[in-house]
Formats: sequence, structure tokens, C-alpha cells
Amino acid sequence: MSMFHQLMVKPWVTDQGKIDDLYAGGASSGLAKKLALKVFLAVVAVLFMLLVIAYGGRMAYEDWRPAPQLRLLWANTFVLILSSVALQWAQYSVRRGQMDAMRVGLLAAGAFTVVFLFGQVLAWRQLGAMVYFDVTNPAIGFFYLITGVHGLHLMGGLVAWGRTVAKVWGDFDVTKIRQSVELCTVYWHFLLLVWLVLFGLLFTGNNLDLLLKLCGIR
Amino acid sequence: MDYVAHDASAYAPPAEVEEMELYHPKTFVGKYIWSQDAKIIAVQYAVTAIGIGLVALVLSWLMRLQLAFPNSFSFIDPSNYLQFVTQHGMIMVIYLLTALFLGGFGNYLIPLMVGARDMVFPYVNMVSYWVYLSAVLLLIASFFVPGGPTGAGWTLYPPQAILQGTPGATWGIILMLVSLALFIVGFTMGGLNYVVTVLQARTRGMTLMRMPLTIWGIFTATILALLAFPALLVSAIMMLLDATLGTSFFMPAIVSMGQQGGHAGGSPVLFQHLFWFFGHPEVYIVALPAFGIVSDLISVHARKNIFGYRMMVWAIVAIGGLSFVVWAHHMYVSGMNPYFGFFFATTTLIIAVPTAIKVYNWILTLWHGNIRLTVPMMFAIGFIFTFINGGLTGLFLGNVTVDVPLSDTMFVVAHFHMVMAIAPILVVFGAIYHWYPKITGRMLNDSLGKIHFWVTFVGSYAIYYPMHYLGFAGVPRRYYAIEGTNFIPESAQSLNVAITVAALIVGAFQVVFLYNLLWSYFRGKPSGGNPWNATTLEWQTPDTPPKHGNFGATLPVVYRWAYDYSVPGAEQDFIPQNVPPGEVTRSSART
Repeated sequence: MSMFHQLMVKPWVTDQGKIDDLYAGGASSGLAKKLALKVFLAVVAVLFMLLVIAYGGRMAYEDWRPAPQLRLLWANTFVLILSSVALQWAQYSVRRGQMDAMRVGLLAAGAFTVVFLFGQVLAWRQLGAMVYFDVTNPAIGFFYLITGVHGLHLMGGLVAWGRTVAKVWGDFDVTKIRQSVELCTVYWHFLLLVWLVLFGLLFTGNNLDLLLKLCGIR
Repeated sequence: MDYVAHDASAYAPPAEVEEMELYHPKTFVGKYIWSQDAKIIAVQYAVTAIGIGLVALVLSWLMRLQLAFPNSFSFIDPSNYLQFVTQHGMIMVIYLLTALFLGGFGNYLIPLMVGARDMVFPYVNMVSYWVYLSAVLLLIASFFVPGGPTGAGWTLYPPQAILQGTPGATWGIILMLVSLALFIVGFTMGGLNYVVTVLQARTRGMTLMRMPLTIWGIFTATILALLAFPALLVSAIMMLLDATLGTSFFMPAIVSMGQQGGHAGGSPVLFQHLFWFFGHPEVYIVALPAFGIVSDLISVHARKNIFGYRMMVWAIVAIGGLSFVVWAHHMYVSGMNPYFGFFFATTTLIIAVPTAIKVYNWILTLWHGNIRLTVPMMFAIGFIFTFINGGLTGLFLGNVTVDVPLSDTMFVVAHFHMVMAIAPILVVFGAIYHWYPKITGRMLNDSLGKIHFWVTFVGSYAIYYPMHYLGFAGVPRRYYAIEGTNFIPESAQSLNVAITVAALIVGAFQVVFLYNLLWSYFRGKPSGGNPWNATTLEWQTPDTPPKHGNFGATLPVVYRWAYDYSVPGAEQDFIPQNVPPGEVTRSSART
């Protein structure tokens, strides 16, 4: 029943009481974890949305100086895509009971993520060494801030990933591992999506500017 | 209207519901310090919040002393005064009210009222409290660093928040921002728990629309907080970077005290937008739980089902939604586009519609009710008066043309204290008097409670009613002392003295409440399991106070909504939610 329909019912009416009595109650802890992740991702989405809006809002000022573009980010993006693909593969394998393949997928995903983070730090250093570097330029400040926040979220993900990896050797409860892998996969895909949006809008070309103009805001 | 029974043969067979795995601590430390039981965590939250709230109360006394008797106290200089203003506001809004309503009442009531054994993630719940406590400790620490706590006003507007000259611009502001960030992290952990518990851990038969309005209020407020706090987090981090690393997100190029600052190109208005995108929902993060709780108090103590339950739920949801599109009404004087002002004035006034629906429904619930003037009921009725008062001045301030001259005057202070300080605090008191018997197994003393109510209620009016007039007369807020102005009559000073005397009395009388809490814990009359004859699940637990796991061997099954009071045909004037239709005793003379 959709949320809207649920809000329409009259709980005090006898006939509705019969329907309500059929509600079986709390679901399994697995569903609770999934829901918690979704709610958390909604919070993270708001966080990044606000950062993008702040970026766009600041961009609308006349004195906006765009930050230089870093080619390295393309490579980093590619690596992050690979980590998501690896996790997707781990999930596919665990669902089919191929535990070795799952382990490989998990480890590869972790490795690609570490490479991505390393690449981001490299990008930070590259930008820091350029003549354009000026800490008071909001575009540069935003670049460090946004990539930093994104990186921190990936590191948080790596903690969950580490706890999963620690459990997949020896005897383990397949259902639980399967769930952990699924949750990691959702999280990674989400952070990849966030990165693609950030990269596409803010850090390559003047796309946010174009979008704002298309919407008639600038 | 035959509410009593629906066809008993229509029961569904009991479904297999996975039992929750609870962590069972064996040591004292595990049970009461590093506790994973939501009920203990709730008490920890409440005690911490009330403790830090008392600090804020003392700060308000110091402010009032300065306003009534300027230049009489050597320990209050202009910097101190601004620090008191700032810390009073910040503590009351975030560290007291938000933490108490969501961390305190949320933790205690959600699992019990929806029929769950505990929050779904007890460990995360525990961590949430300890992170909150560290945020509070950091805040307290800021009083002891060089320069003291920040005095930038609770809104922490840049550029002045981090410019030299503002009290606490070196250490205080940094501790404040870090403390806020920690608070948000801690809250997010708790908030995820509240939302998921409400959505996933309700007991059999407890559909969303059978939930008490208390849970609806706390649930919706939690969602608001989860979506609004990121704005504060983002702005806190950005300001932290501006203050420490020299970025210029919010800091424009500025010449301060004859020197060119190191910043360039930042936008202070951006901070205001981010801050109020959080700040306005924050009002409803505090108000919605209060709305929910007061609905239940009124229904229980008037022995009547809440009038317009569905409407009440919709109003809560609608207010929650609308609260995200009104933020700029706090910024009418920031120089924004007049069309924006028009838009935000309109949305602001639209919020009055669902809010008014709620007020009418409370009053209609009282209408022809079997009203029992218990202490919780007195606080609930006190809330309705106060909320209407504060709400009406909100209509004034929501209009741009009226707001502009009243902006930054005492009128604003009076308005928001009525609507989001006194009104929710009255609900907090009412709720504590209502649920204390469940938490401790003993009743609070009635006479002390009534003294506490009358002094707090009448005293609050003595403080804030006159303040509206000061605002009309043009007395500005946040000023250390007003001297040499022609437009403010001398009588304003006498009014200030009167307000201060009232504030001192009201504050001091809270000792009666604290004494009552302590005394009743040891000597109070044993309450029994359900002293108010209420229907909701928390009153139907086998033990009072409820033990770990809440409901003994089996979880309750819910057969009705939360408001079966004075049901025609039933012998008793309440039918608990877990009484099956077949077991309701019918009165001999059926209506």
C-alpha cells in the first residue's frame, strides 16, 4: 500500500480495523538495514545537493573565477567506475554461490577505491602546485571541500567493506555476507553516481553554468 | 458509532515475526553507562540536556540582570553579554530542545509506543548518545578557552563570527563549529534509528495510522532533522575552513580595524541561506514532537478521542513539508530580491493553515470532554494558549512590510520565545509529569506540580508580554545597553526591570520541579502500571518501569487505534490498544 493510501485510511472505522489487524508487524533485521542505508543515502544526497547549490549560487556572482581543470580526474573517475563494477561482480557471484569470485570482486573493489582516493590526493597536490592556486578563490575552495567530503564518505564505506572482507574467510553465514555485499554495492554505486554528477557538473567544463543558463537562472 | 468490537472471527492467524536479538548486559556499567537500552539512553539524553539547559537558564539571568540594571555588574561587559546571548540561544535550541525531544522522548517512547523491544540498532543508538555528550562537553570547554565562547549570536553570521573583535573569534567559534558538527553526526545515528524503528519494528496490528500522534510528531521531526542538519553541517565545515585555512566561502574582502584581511570574494549571504535552510525546519523539529505529545496529553486527560486524527497526521506532514520552503523569511532585511520576499511571505502564511487546523482540533477535543485538570493537562492547555499567542505574532513577522520595521527588535525575541521556547517547554514539563510514573514507577507530587505550573505559566507571560511592547517602541535586541536614544521612552527601563524580576522568579522556581523529580523518585506515591488509564502500549507493559525488552515474553498485538476513550457501549472509559474486540467489557446499559 502506498504511503498516500495509508494516510487516507480511517483507523477508527470497524471495517478498516479488520484490514489493519492483518498487518503482520516488524520485518526482519535485514530489511531494517536496507532501509537504514536508504535513509542514510537520502541524508548524504541532501548534503551533496546543498554543496552543489552553494557552488552554483556562488558561481552566479560576477567575480567568479573557474578553477583549472585536471585531466587526472578522468582517470580517477574511470577507476571509481571499476570499483563499482567489481563490487557488482562480487554481488553477482555471492548470489550464485561462487565464493572465490566474490572474494576477488570484493578485494578488487577495495583496491580500486584506494587507488581512486590516492588519485584524488594526487589531484589535490597537482592543483596546489599550479600557478592558479589561490586559497581565497571559492572555486578552488569548493574543489577541495567537495572532493574531500566525497572521499571521506568513501573511506567510511571502506570501513564497512573491511568488516565484510574480514568475515569472508573460513566459515561464514552466507546470508549475512550476501547482505553485507549487497549493502556495500548499493553504497558504492551511490557514491559513484554522486561523483559522476559532481564531476560532470562542477569539475569538467562549465556544465553547471550551462545548466543554470538553460534554466534561466543566469 | 459502534467502536467497541469488529467481528472477532476476522482475526488473522498470528504471523511468525522474527524476534529481535537483544544485547543483555551483566554489569552495572553495561546496564546503566554503556547502555544499549533505548530507555536508559533516553534518560541519559534527558539528564544531559536538562543539565546543559540549566546552564543556559543561568546565562539568561545574567543577560536579564544586565538589561535591567546596566553597568551594575563588574562581571558583565559587552563581550560577556554577547557570549551569554549566543550560548543561551544555541544551547536552548539545539542542545536542550532538539536533544530532549528526539533523543529523550524519542528514545523512550518510540519503541514502547509502537510495540518494539528496542530501537533496531541499539549499538548505534548508544554511540549516538556518547557523541552527543562529547558535543556538549566541547561546548562547555569553549567557556574555558582563551577569549571564551563565541559571541557571534546563535546564528553565527559571518563575517563577524570569525573576525577579530567579536568575542571568541579565535577559539570559541572553532569549538562551537566542531561541537555542532559532532552533534549532527550523533543525531544522524539516532535519527536513522528512530525512522527505521517506526517504519520497520512496529508490532503486529500497529499500522501507521494506528500510531499515537506523539510518534507521528517525533517521526516527522526526525525526518526534517535528517534532511535539514546537513545544511548546518555544510555551513559549519565551510566556516571552519574560512577560519582556519583561509578559504573564502563566506568571507568577503574586508578591511577590519584598519587592516586588509586575508579573505576575498566570499558570500556572507550564502551562509545565511544555508543556515536558515536548516534553521527554519529546526523550529518544527522542536515544534512537531511538541504537537504530537500535546495531542496525546489532551486526549488522555480529556478522556476523548483526538478530534480529526487523520487531519492531525496530515497537518504534521504538511507542516513538515512546508517548513523547507519558508527559510528566507528570516532574511527579509538581508537585501534579497523583493519577489523572493513575496514568495517566502506567502509560503510562511500558508503554514498557518495546517497549524490552525491543529489548534482547532485540540480545542475541539477539549469540547465536551471529561476534562481532568491534572498537572500534565494544565501544561497542555497552557501550551495551547502560548502557542496561539506566539503563532499570531508570527503572522505579523511573516509579512515583509511588517517585519522590516520590527526586525531585530525585542518584538522578535518575544515572538520566538513564546512560540518555540515557552510553548515547547510547557509540553516538555507536561510530558515529564505524564510519563514520569512509567519511567520510575512513582507519581510526581501533585501540589508541587501545580505550583510549578502556575509560576512557570503566569511568569512566562510576565516576561514576554511586555517584551512585545518594548519591540514596538523600537528597543533593539542583542544590545548590551541602550543609552542616549530619544525614541525609547524611559518607562522602557522600568519594564525591563519588571521583566528581569519575573525571569529571576520563574527560573528560581524550576528548583521546585527538580526537587519534585528527586523527592518523588524515592518518596512518590507508587503509580501502578497505568495511572492515567491511557490506551497506548507503553502503559500496558507487564512491568513498571518496563524491563529490558519492554514487553516480557510476547510482544503485544494491536487491535485498535490509540484513541478509544469513552467509547459508547464499553464499560470502562478507555480501551487499551492491545485489547481484542472480544475482550472488551460492555456496559449493561448500551447507548
